[in-house]
Formats: sequence, structure tokens, C-alpha cells
Amino acid sequence: MQIGSADYQTLVKRFSKNSRTAKNTLNAFWTGGLICILGQALLDLFDSQKHLTHDEAVAAVTVVLVLLSALATGAGLYKPVAKFAGAGTLIPVTGFANAVVSAGLEFRSEGLVTGLGIKLFTIAGPVIVYGSAASFIYGVILWIIKTLA
Amino acid sequence: MQYLLAFLIGGAICAAGQLLIDKTNLTPARILTGYVVIGVVLTGAGLYGPFVSFAGAGATVPILGFGYSLARGVEQAVERSGLLGAFMGGFTATSAGIAAAIIFAVAAALIFRPTRK
Repeated sequence: MQIGSADYQTLVKRFSKNSRTAKNTLNAFWTGGLICILGQALLDLFDSQKHLTHDEAVAAVTVVLVLLSALATGAGLYKPVAKFAGAGTLIPVTGFANAVVSAGLEFRSEGLVTGLGIKLFTIAGPVIVYGSAASFIYGVILWIIKTLA
Repeated sequence: MQYLLAFLIGGAICAAGQLLIDKTNLTPARILTGYVVIGVVLTGAGLYGPFVSFAGAGATVPILGFGYSLARGVEQAVERSGLLGAFMGGFTATSAGIAAAIIFAVAAALIFRPTRK
């Protein structure tokens, strides 16, 4: 089979793009998986605390992961790791925290109220807006079912 | 065993997110938002609860778990307070995480300086 140099270029481009996607996906897999292992260790720890319900233990894990993410973001460590891990550090709750903290760091120079205060949820805001809107709709549906039943 | 499940399932959820980044034009903000809404819908459909019992932190640490917490909070609040619960439940259940993000972000912004590339 003969292939021209233009075809060859497109083939190389396509395969290198595919192999880049494969590598990115693998990196996201193991880095995200490791963060979840850390989460599981924390969950076991908080589940063993008698005064916490399981739901509260889940919330406590979130608080600790958000703290760790804030420290890593503040120290400038999150960005280089995220560049490598991609969705592996975006999809865990640490990615949500990173979005809030990095907006805080970035806009601090524009003032405590007009910078930090207003722009803290520049990136993460939609998560809360549409997440709570969706949960409200679910709540109304539940209430209707409960009322009719 | 629970650690292996957390690794495999949490990792797979992140890998799916990476495929969305690489194969579609969705921005990270849209992907995070989509994951949370999907988490609410899956919980409402009765699918995510059993998944959490199975996968543990593999299901609660990814942002899908934030949607799960929102929906679970609403379930409990509607049970207790009726229609008012639809307004209350989501924030009640996620209040610790949201407050932590705000408090630690403000603290970090006051302590650290932004790193320049």
C-alpha cells in the first residue's frame, strides 16, 4: 500500500492524538484512584468515631480533602500535579476546592470584597447553582409523591 | 478490598472525565457541573445509593458524590419538613463541604501569594 506524505502526516497526527488520550486517561485513572484511596482511609477513620453518623463521616472526609487541596493549591503544588493528572485531580472534590482556592488567590489583589469576596466562586459557582437547583427539583418531585401517596 | 474498589471505581470515574476533556469541547467547569447534576439524577433514580454502599469513597470522593449528598439531604429534609425540605436539604447535607471550601480559600488567599507561571 502506498501512502502519500500528506496522508502520512494525518495518520501520525491521528495516532499520536489517540496515544496522548490513552496516556491522559491512564494518568487520570491512577491519580484519581489514589485520591479515592486516601478518601477511603479517612472515611474508615471517621466511621470509627462513634459520635458521627455515616453521612457526617462522608462530610468530614470532604472537609479534610478540601483542606489538603487548599494547602496544595496555596503552596503552588496543585497546578503542576493537575497538569499531569488532568481529570484525576479535577473530578475528585479536591478539584472543586482547587477551583475555589485558586480563584481566591488570583483575585485577592483586586480587594477583599470586590476581588476575593465576589470572585471566589467564579469557576465553582455553577456546580452549586445547578447542583442545588437539581436537588430542589428532586425534592419537589419527592414531596408530590409523598403528598399523593 | 474496599480500598481496591475505591481505587478502581474512583479511578474509572476520573478516567471518564478525562475522555470527556480530550474527546469533546466541554470545559472543566461544564464537566464538574454535569457530574454534580448527574449525581443528583442517579441518586433520585435510586441507583447511586447502592453504588455508594458498594464503592465507598470511590463513589463519594468524585464530584458525583456531591450530587449524591445534595439529593440525600433533600430526601431526609422532605421526609421531615415537607416542601420546605426541598429548599433546605441540599445545603444542609453539603454545608460542611461548601463552608470548608469558603473558609480554607479565604485563609489560603490571606496566607499564600499566587504563583506565577
